[in-house]
Amino acid sequence: MMDLWLSFVELVHELIPWFDGSVALVLIILIKAVALVMPLMLVVAYFTYAERKVIGYMQLRIGPNRVGPKGWLQPIADALKLMTKEIIFPTKANIYLFLLAPILAIAPAIAVWAVIPFDEGIYVTNLDISLLYVLAIGSIGVYGIILAGWASNSKYPLLGALRSASLLVSYEIVIGFALVTVVMIAGSVNLNTIVEAQKGSILHWYWVPLFPMMIIFFISALVETNRAPFDVVEGESEIVGGTHVEYSGMTFAVFFLAEYANMILMAVLAVVMFFGGWHSPFEGIPVMESAFAWVPGIIWLLAKTSFFMFLYLWIRATFPRFRYDQIMRLSWKVFLPWTIAWIFVVALMTQLKIGPWF
Amino acid sequence: MEFEQILFYVFSFWFVASSLAMIFSRNAAKAVLFLILSFFSAASIWILLEAEFLAITLILVYVGAVMVLFLFVIKMLNIDKSTLRAKFAGYLPLGLMVAAVIIAEMVLVLGSAQFGLDVVAAPVRHGADYSNITVLAMQLYTTYVYPFELAAVLLLIAIIAAITLVHRNEINRKKQSIPEQVNVQAKDRVRLVSIASPNKEKK
Repeated sequence: MMDLWLSFVELVHELIPWFDGSVALVLIILIKAVALVMPLMLVVAYFTYAERKVIGYMQLRIGPNRVGPKGWLQPIADALKLMTKEIIFPTKANIYLFLLAPILAIAPAIAVWAVIPFDEGIYVTNLDISLLYVLAIGSIGVYGIILAGWASNSKYPLLGALRSASLLVSYEIVIGFALVTVVMIAGSVNLNTIVEAQKGSILHWYWVPLFPMMIIFFISALVETNRAPFDVVEGESEIVGGTHVEYSGMTFAVFFLAEYANMILMAVLAVVMFFGGWHSPFEGIPVMESAFAWVPGIIWLLAKTSFFMFLYLWIRATFPRFRYDQIMRLSWKVFLPWTIAWIFVVALMTQLKIGPWF
Repeated sequence: MEFEQILFYVFSFWFVASSLAMIFSRNAAKAVLFLILSFFSAASIWILLEAEFLAITLILVYVGAVMVLFLFVIKMLNIDKSTLRAKFAGYLPLGLMVAAVIIAEMVLVLGSAQFGLDVVAAPVRHGADYSNITVLAMQLYTTYVYPFELAAVLLLIAIIAAITLVHRNEINRKKQSIPEQVNVQAKDRVRLVSIASPNKEKK
């Protein structure tokens, strides 16, 4: 494959002199990025449809069923509607920052996907410190919300932005500490190595030794993505729509895309960190392993991810919204002590070599 | 020109340009955003130097946390620009003096006498299996383990000191007690009073 690519570059280099290795490198990265982002955006579109359908059925409704067969074209119709709507700028709003905010929200949400391993050897880039990259780029998403609140020149967005900034910063610490335990066991911050370290059956994945961390990570992921029951940033009953109040049309749609891309990302991260990434759950089990050997790893990864995505919708349909101070208490007084305590537990377990994981 | 060189000049240009824009911008929020851009450019240059751990830490700590708090403070404070501008002329001589001293120090420390190619060898390119974070961790946890631990303890003390400073007035604080709320009984909150109603007999 690589030889074929090199000979292709050579061939084009003969025809077009300026087309050399570095241009080809940029080109192939671009192709990879498009191959990643296009399906991602499609999944985001149909995730919104799935959300409305799933929550509909959970509340004994039918959900969208008018556009296309069984409502399958609903996300397309929504996208068309949002694209054709007028973008309204609030008076005395800072237009540049107002337009920069959605871009700053979606750019990190997509950029993080560059290091996610989908299967053995299938990734855009294999960064040596990919987990830190995920945390670093993920922490930039908060600027989208802060700027949206500030640039809108309106009171509810500002309140929403204040809430979100403090929430995101507090829960980033919790997520960081929870993932430190994974790094301690795997002995690497490379997502590929972390997945490879979980090789084996479902009992070899890190959710077994790190069960409390997995729960904490998932709940913190709900907060990071502003999902119910922690969606105080939008909090319709209190501050109308939070940071999105002044956004209309495509600018709003971009925020929406970023939120859902982040949700899917957090689901993938949970799978990569705690549920063995692309590994089949039947690995090492005599008959089952050979029976499911034909399933490619990416299918396992996507199946596990879909489960976590469903969990998001399930939780949203089930729990009432938390109060703001309760969420803060949960972060600083419950999760943070637990994660720090568990770091010491894991350190002891790795030193004493307990169980099959260390 | 090599591809890496092009990248280096692009990032350096953005670094210098955004730093200047940060200094000259009148809007505090915009200044913070330009500072973030300059952090990003600096991180990119570090990545070109194969110091990816430092680069990512710069983004994670400064862009992800410190600058968020900066923006937070700028949003909460209503900075009066006219008072700032009035003091500008008064502080100008002192400021210029400090700037001159800093520039002189930087020239002395970072000049070609210390960092020229004839003094310090050009950084060597490492192979694909070179792990910057492993090398760094080796240094931190073996050679420099005591300074590292001392710095960590110092930071912890600073955190505790900061919390103690804002936690002083225990008396006026309203505190939520979850067990108390959960264990509350109806009779603790609701008092039923029977009042003799004079209209009852007339009906």
